[in-house]
Amino acid sequence: MNLLPLAVLMTSFTAAMVIFLLPEARHRLRSLINIAAACLKLVLVIFLIQAVLQQDYPEFSWEILPGLSLVLRADALAMLFAGLSSLLWLFTTLYAIGYLENAPNRSRFFGFFSLCVASTMGIALAGNLLTFLIFYELLTLSTYPLVVHRGTPESLRAGRTYLIYTLAGGVLLLLGVALLYAEVGELNFGDTAALAEAFHAHPGRMSGIFFLLLVGLGVKAAIFPLHAWLPTAMVAPAPVSALLHAVAVVKAGAFGIIRLVYDVYGIELSAQQGLLLPLTLIAAFTILYGSWRALQQIDIKKRLAFSTVSQVSYILLGISLFGPLGTLGGLVHLLHQGLMKVTLFFCAGNYAETLGIHKIHELNGVGQRMPLTSAAFTLGALGMIGLPPIAGFISKWYLGLGALQAGMPWVLGVLIASSLLNAAYFLPVLKRIWFSDPPAAWPQQASESKRLWRDSSPWLLLPTLVTATLSLAAGLFAAASWSPLSWAELIVIREYLP
Amino acid sequence: MSSLALLPWLLILPLAAACLTGLLPLRATQISSLLVILSQALASLLLLLWMPSDEPLFYSLGSWGAPLGIVLRLDGLAAAFLMMTSLIASLCGLYALSYLRPSQQPGFWPLFWFLWAALNGIWLAGDLFNLYVGLELLSLAAVGLVALGGEASRVKAALRYLFAALLGSLGYLLGVSLLYGAHGTLDLELLAEVFHWGPLSALALALILAGLALKTAFFPLHTWLPPAHAGALTPVSALLSALVIKASFYIALRLWVELEMPERSLEVAQLLGLLGAGALFWGGWMALQQVKLKQVVAYSTVAQLGYLLLIFPLLSSSSSEASHLASQGGWLMLLSHALAKAGMFLAAGNLILCAGRSELSALAGLSRYRPMNIFAFGLAAVSLMGLPPSGGFSAKWLMLQSALISGQWWWILVILLGSLLSAAYLFRVFSHTYLETQDSVQFGQPSLMLELCALTLAALSILLGFFAPWPLAWFALPGPFTEALG
Repeated sequence: MNLLPLAVLMTSFTAAMVIFLLPEARHRLRSLINIAAACLKLVLVIFLIQAVLQQDYPEFSWEILPGLSLVLRADALAMLFAGLSSLLWLFTTLYAIGYLENAPNRSRFFGFFSLCVASTMGIALAGNLLTFLIFYELLTLSTYPLVVHRGTPESLRAGRTYLIYTLAGGVLLLLGVALLYAEVGELNFGDTAALAEAFHAHPGRMSGIFFLLLVGLGVKAAIFPLHAWLPTAMVAPAPVSALLHAVAVVKAGAFGIIRLVYDVYGIELSAQQGLLLPLTLIAAFTILYGSWRALQQIDIKKRLAFSTVSQVSYILLGISLFGPLGTLGGLVHLLHQGLMKVTLFFCAGNYAETLGIHKIHELNGVGQRMPLTSAAFTLGALGMIGLPPIAGFISKWYLGLGALQAGMPWVLGVLIASSLLNAAYFLPVLKRIWFSDPPAAWPQQASESKRLWRDSSPWLLLPTLVTATLSLAAGLFAAASWSPLSWAELIVIREYLP
Repeated sequence: MSSLALLPWLLILPLAAACLTGLLPLRATQISSLLVILSQALASLLLLLWMPSDEPLFYSLGSWGAPLGIVLRLDGLAAAFLMMTSLIASLCGLYALSYLRPSQQPGFWPLFWFLWAALNGIWLAGDLFNLYVGLELLSLAAVGLVALGGEASRVKAALRYLFAALLGSLGYLLGVSLLYGAHGTLDLELLAEVFHWGPLSALALALILAGLALKTAFFPLHTWLPPAHAGALTPVSALLSALVIKASFYIALRLWVELEMPERSLEVAQLLGLLGAGALFWGGWMALQQVKLKQVVAYSTVAQLGYLLLIFPLLSSSSSEASHLASQGGWLMLLSHALAKAGMFLAAGNLILCAGRSELSALAGLSRYRPMNIFAFGLAAVSLMGLPPSGGFSAKWLMLQSALISGQWWWILVILLGSLLSAAYLFRVFSHTYLETQDSVQFGQPSLMLELCALTLAALSILLGFFAPWPLAWFALPGPFTEALG
């Protein structure tokens, strides 16, 4: 029994409870608690990473039903997601503090914000399916108040759509987990032997459960045709979008599918039994479909949302390609997509906040007015397209190699087509930003006070610049021992060469 | 001192308090009530801690044994529900202290204590006639509490409740007298030994079950419940929904299992399950239509009772593991619903105090000003929806496993759809509180005591999800129920 995994969870949970109890007007104290909790969590996560590097896997378990435990366990894959989330949470918190300055209801917002991250940590560290399910549902519950935060009829509608999708997905997941428990009994991650036995006894039933779980998780991962909630949820404030798209929600779905394939069914069994091919097909289709729909959007955040639909399926594509290189591409994209997408959403927030820009045609010449934000946006967009040396290139490179290794060269075609589509929906935006003439007046200009280099307030600008730099660094220094790629390599080596 | 000596005090003290509070002036009533609440909570806690793990306890009042005297029996189930009653009734009592107007309190306390005594009597009763006395006392106290306040609508709801309760008692009493005629005993232990199946026994049990179903408000006999539970004063609503209807269910399930009905009447069990599905869908659908907050909560009780009905078919499985899981899940469902529903009614009462009106539309913007009550309501809602982590989830998980093992997949669908429907009507309440309005409305401020009572109960229903092995271990302690289950 090790309390460290629990402590990682409790930092944000405790922060949430304290923030709920704090009076609305205590803004400074609230910000302080937020930042302190985020930093503390980051330190704890670094401790856990150190432990995992030394082949030590801290585990906490607590029996919640006879024979069933809540298990929090730090393994290499868990730390991939926990590391990403705790790092991005720090920046998203800083960003949110700046973004919501002078906005009402901050006590409620930051309380649920912290709760959201506590659930994400629970998802990352879950050591069995039941624990995963618990925190997966908790994530749904704690993001709903954030989605409807503005309290307008439009955001309430978006919240309802979000709930319908995610709760229905949650019910399917619950059903799948309950069925699996009745068949196999043990639900611990990584212990695939018992399941393989059950699979050979009832192949049809166990395949059915696999797809049930896949659909349940696919809702949050926004795979076609379960993606419609994601673009609708764009009405939420920008930090919430960052949370949905990069830090927590869609990642939780993708991460769950990784767990399902690698640690519940086992990659070899899934590959042998042909469970992966449908996933490859649907991921490939979602990649193209998301990009295609992104092309048609005129709203910046909507375009980014459909881009997420497409990008998250890169992760799934990588998982579904049997072989170390494909896995590597999928895992590393979990991190890379997070870094790049959070940057893009921060930029969209900056544009909206500083100049009131929401539509793509309003971006004309904004590069001259807000050069730093625009530079960050450019980095993120080029990374999404897969231009070397930005992070996105590394992902696509390994995905392509993985496709060849798995003997599916047609996947290369999908990757190329999607890169072209990415270029088609990002390059015209970049051209507008840098090469068009600025309009006579911006849609809605915020006051000039407290701006950094006439761009945005430092709370907004600095996190944007840091994440943009990180997404460049993740690509430039991919060979370094601390890069996302190296960590993903560690996971792959431990997975394929036990 | 053994725990046996504590047993009679669980009846004597509340009864004494009931008489006393009827006579004393208000201040003394409140102080003595607080003292007795404290003693009850302490006694039930001690009973639970001292509960022997090998056999149930029997206590003969005045040393007169069965079949002539009054026998109290304490097994793990009774001990767990005594504790549950103490917890919920204490918090509702504290809530009532600051919620009720001084003019309402002299009427409240004697009835409150009769109610508590009746509940303790039912958990502990060892024979059918004492159960009848307990049921009658419980119903009369509950009806009186509904009428408290004296508004015409309340009196009307109370009258309707009275008729239903009396009819239910009549059915129960008829059944009991038929059973007595056929078997010559009212003692539950003896009856289980000599029980023989026949048309007369079947008729008797049918009458008993129908009577209890009416008192529990099982669908489609539920129509008296929403006006009574929603119309009563808030602490009364909480007591009624959390505890009173559970008592008649407890009797029904105990008789069902201890007289070995699960093997005898598979069809009736399936029919009861079907009614449960009806309750879930009809109650949920009606909850979706309501415009008043407490009506939503009351219809949610009608719906949630459906889960308890599903236990009957789940118990009738050939696999003993499935029956075991069903009973454990069922009792846990009862416990978590009691905590969550009490918390939710109290939180709803607070929200109405804030908004000044009872319509859902009056809640617009409330989550901004009184987040604590919304939070309490939300915690209780999570448990009612059966989302993890909560007592409701753990109970549902056990029931799902039971249905899977016994191969009754159709109940799985009912359980899951019921959860979605409850999510629909509860999130409907939330979406009202998030709506931002332009005009600045003035909200009232309930006292901290009221908020804390609601929050404690709601938080307990969530914590139950983490500590479920404790009550499950109590439920599984040896006793007539667990032995009959095998």
